Amino acid sequence: MNFDLNEDQEAVLKEVREICQKELAPRAAEIEEKKDFPWENIKLLSQSDLMGVAVPEKYGGLGMNYLTWALVDGEISQACATTGAIYGANLLCIYPILIFGTEEQKRKFLSPLAKGEVLGAFALTEPQAGSDIGNIQMTATPENDGYILNGTKSFITNGGVAETYIVIANTRSGGDPRGLTAFIVEKGMPGFTFGQKFDLMAYPALANCELVFRNCRVPRENVLLSKGKGFRVAIKTLDIGRIGMGIKAVGLARAAYKAALKYARERVQFGKSIFNFQAVQFMLADMAMEIEAARLLILKAAFLRDCGKGFEKIAAMGKVFASEMCMRVTTKAVQIHGGYGYTKEYPVERYMREAKLFEIIEGTSEIQRNVIASYLLKEE
Amino acid sequence: MNIVVCVKQVPSPDALSKARVDSKTKTLLRHEAVSLIINPLDENAIEEALRLRERHGGKVTVITMGPPQAESALRRALAMGADKAVLITDPALAGSDTLATSYVLSTAIKKIGEFNLVLLGKHTIDGDTAQVGPQLAEQLELPQITCAQKIEIKDNTVKAESSFEDFFEVMEVPLPAVLTVTDEINKPRRPGMRGVLKARRAEIPQWGVTALNLDSNRIGLDGSPTRVVGLSTPEFGRKKKEMLTGSISRQIDTLLNRLKENGII
Ligand SMILES: Cc1cc2nc3c(=O)[nH]c(=O)nc-3n(C[C@H](O)[C@H](O)[C@H](O)COP(=O)(O)OP(=O)(O)OC[C@H]3O[C@@H](n4cnc5c(N)ncnc54)[C@H](O)[C@@H]3O)c2cc1C
Repeated sequence: MNFDLNEDQEAVLKEVREICQKELAPRAAEIEEKKDFPWENIKLLSQSDLMGVAVPEKYGGLGMNYLTWALVDGEISQACATTGAIYGANLLCIYPILIFGTEEQKRKFLSPLAKGEVLGAFALTEPQAGSDIGNIQMTATPENDGYILNGTKSFITNGGVAETYIVIANTRSGGDPRGLTAFIVEKGMPGFTFGQKFDLMAYPALANCELVFRNCRVPRENVLLSKGKGFRVAIKTLDIGRIGMGIKAVGLARAAYKAALKYARERVQFGKSIFNFQAVQFMLADMAMEIEAARLLILKAAFLRDCGKGFEKIAAMGKVFASEMCMRVTTKAVQIHGGYGYTKEYPVERYMREAKLFEIIEGTSEIQRNVIASYLLKEE
Repeated sequence: MNIVVCVKQVPSPDALSKARVDSKTKTLLRHEAVSLIINPLDENAIEEALRLRERHGGKVTVITMGPPQAESALRRALAMGADKAVLITDPALAGSDTLATSYVLSTAIKKIGEFNLVLLGKHTIDGDTAQVGPQLAEQLELPQITCAQKIEIKDNTVKAESSFEDFFEVMEVPLPAVLTVTDEINKPRRPGMRGVLKARRAEIPQWGVTALNLDSNRIGLDGSPTRVVGLSTPEFGRKKKEMLTGSISRQIDTLLNRLKENGII
């Protein structure tokens, strides 16, 4: 295993840290308060050429590896988890076009995404199909040289603000998963509208809503991979997405840990800073240790991906371990802050609410364990 | 519209607050660990040059006189979007005061040749003399406008609005000219990653005393008439200050209360 970066990658990461800490982090609390979609942050990341870190240069990306991409992703979430969530949903639109798109699809859809000219989204979940993606009800009926989409997607991050959507629908009747097909749908296509916005526990500035399709016609050239291959597109996208989710959880946990360490040094009780109490030290030691362990798992997955080796099992392990770690670390960060940690005066209560998402999104912790177990059985 | 921007590499404000002064030479002691940045107002000058180039075309050349490590400041300017950079470096230049510096810069600018405008930051955060810009204009025998916060190019003239402590001034001079800018003029862009990577590979020529054919009596410590006799911290009288903390809305409430308590509003 080698997590070393070359000089170019180092230079990029150094700049990214600066952008994240100087520009994104100071705005995070205000984004939460104002609940406005943080276009300023997205514009900054786009202008900084950071939307397609591992997309080849000929499609408008930086042509770097997944390890660098993951590290960038982690820095963003450490500074502002909302911006991280937007960035992550965008990646779920980029990956499948990058992996499965035709040359024409890459030029038309991938380039604007990688250059940051537009945002993307990935629409899998439905009211009746969350963990059970085989049960997708949305239909895609063949018609002339295209398909007619009907149905509703729920919880779609970047819904409304994105221009490009990867939508999984079924071309077969009776919910046969062999009919699942991935489509590239553009905002503004007749019959495609946005429904209810979800009122979330955290991330109030996130655009997260229903996508509603009523007789929305999509041309055949917008099918990704091919008819009936939607399950594969979704699974492969989520496999890589887990690296992103895991590193975001690591980033957020780091922010919580740093806030807790700072507070522990400053807060005085019984005549000394609370950092002097062993109970507090142990909490901080556990936090630092768990963050490091999660980070190594995720970086290993990214490294394996860069080597072209099987990374899926480690990515699932990394995602579940990092999200549960993030929940523990953010909870401890609140604990170290005492009553003040329970107020909106300090960021840690927000971190704790933000952390919970990682255990649910893009495959719950239970589903991740199913995935890990399925690999264990195969290995036998 | 070819523009030359003169920049200086300085210790970051963070480092400056911890910096020490050499008791003999009365100059800043530089130690290796200090993080170095482009003088903030020089970034405004670069930004303005890039914006003028966007409007009027031409090339932006950034130059600095400094030790070899000043090259990283030039790379940052290239990353922001400058077309070319030149590093003026030579051990014989060490210790140059503002007069010697402006002489060296003027010689380099003459060597660059074709230019319509020279931009600099109004002052640096380390020396804070605000002399290099005006002295450079004199050495180049060109008109100058200092403290510009707005620049407009029209035909063959430049019109600038300058801000001083308690008044504004609008001046128009023919090109070529030398202008110094304040931080009011723009918000410098952050370099994109493509720029960062491109700048890493850029060739940066180095010019020394021989390349510039400099008069050895006008450079370095010996060629600098400035003698620092003493240094002291100015007294500002006792001011009361308070750092507000908490959420933005809470800070605003506290601020309003304080202003009311003191009969200001
Ligand atoms: C803020 C937010 C953003 C989101 N963004 C997107 C997006 O951009 N695109 C998108 O497609 N989706 C998105 N989602 C949806 C998310 O991926 C789903 O919520 C998630 O996959 C879980 O599905 P569900 O909510 O239907 O829960 P369910 O599937 O109903 O699960 C409920 C509980 O049952 C458990 N469970 C279910 N099946 C099993 C099983 N077989 N074995 C063990 N336990 C099981 C689950 O682990 C969970 O604890 C988002 C969700 C949120 C909250």
